[in-house]
Amino acid sequence: MKFGIVVDEGPYTHQASDTAYQFTKAALEKGHEIFRVFFYHDGVNNGTRLTVPPQDERNIQERWTKLAEEHKLDLVVCIAAAQRRGILDENEAKRQGKDANNIAPGFRISGLGQLIEAGIVADRLVVFGD
Amino acid sequence: MAMDEMPDVPDVTKKFLYVNRKAPYGTIYALESLEVVLIGAAFEQDVSLAFLDDGVYQLVDGQDTTGIGMKNFSPTYRALGDYEVTKLYVEKESLEERGLTPDDLMQITYEDEDDDWAEKPSIRIVSRAEMIDIMADQDVILSF
Repeated sequence: MKFGIVVDEGPYTHQASDTAYQFTKAALEKGHEIFRVFFYHDGVNNGTRLTVPPQDERNIQERWTKLAEEHKLDLVVCIAAAQRRGILDENEAKRQGKDANNIAPGFRISGLGQLIEAGIVADRLVVFGD
Repeated sequence: MAMDEMPDVPDVTKKFLYVNRKAPYGTIYALESLEVVLIGAAFEQDVSLAFLDDGVYQLVDGQDTTGIGMKNFSPTYRALGDYEVTKLYVEKESLEERGLTPDDLMQITYEDEDDDWAEKPSIRIVSRAEMIDIMADQDVILSF
């Protein structure tokens, strides 16, 4: 089956991101296809490479990046939600006149159309949120 | 989002339901839900909105946010008809549990192109049981 995944909550504060990761990993292991993982609301905070969790804790962002590398996942951060919350890639930082960017490897910033497309293309769109 | 960023999607029409469960202010869910609805309208899918639990407060008439320093985005709901978003299901029990009646809600209308552009109400009050059937009938449900 072809899944679309939506992550609506930020890392560490909320279970949604962890559960979305576990679901995505399990689905891939069972041979399913993940069309896209779309990060919205505070979910965009999963895509910053500047998090430094304690060493004995899971690193949520690195976990997503690694899964994306292994399975060529499309991790998309919503641009409108990202701009509000300070998640920027190189282009956006330049365009908005900011002095740094923080997008993590394996993530890309794009529009809400990517979410609608995932809903249209995927057999099931699974939303992880509050 | 610029139109040139629109992905080239397959030519299928699915039933999309946006479920609004939260009050309009206090959290960002209602505002960012509306942003998805507006962008999604460009994809010409069969779109419905559901309002239940505290989500019914999103449609209450006469919202005034001057005291809380937030943008009052409630006028946008009135514009949904222009985006061909014309089905706004409001759960009757959620209204009643909060002491609200349909008269407390904004007048939201659309022009029905299949009926000589007659102006019709977009808000449809449905029971919890009917809401279950509406949800069961969808292809994609996004819950906010």
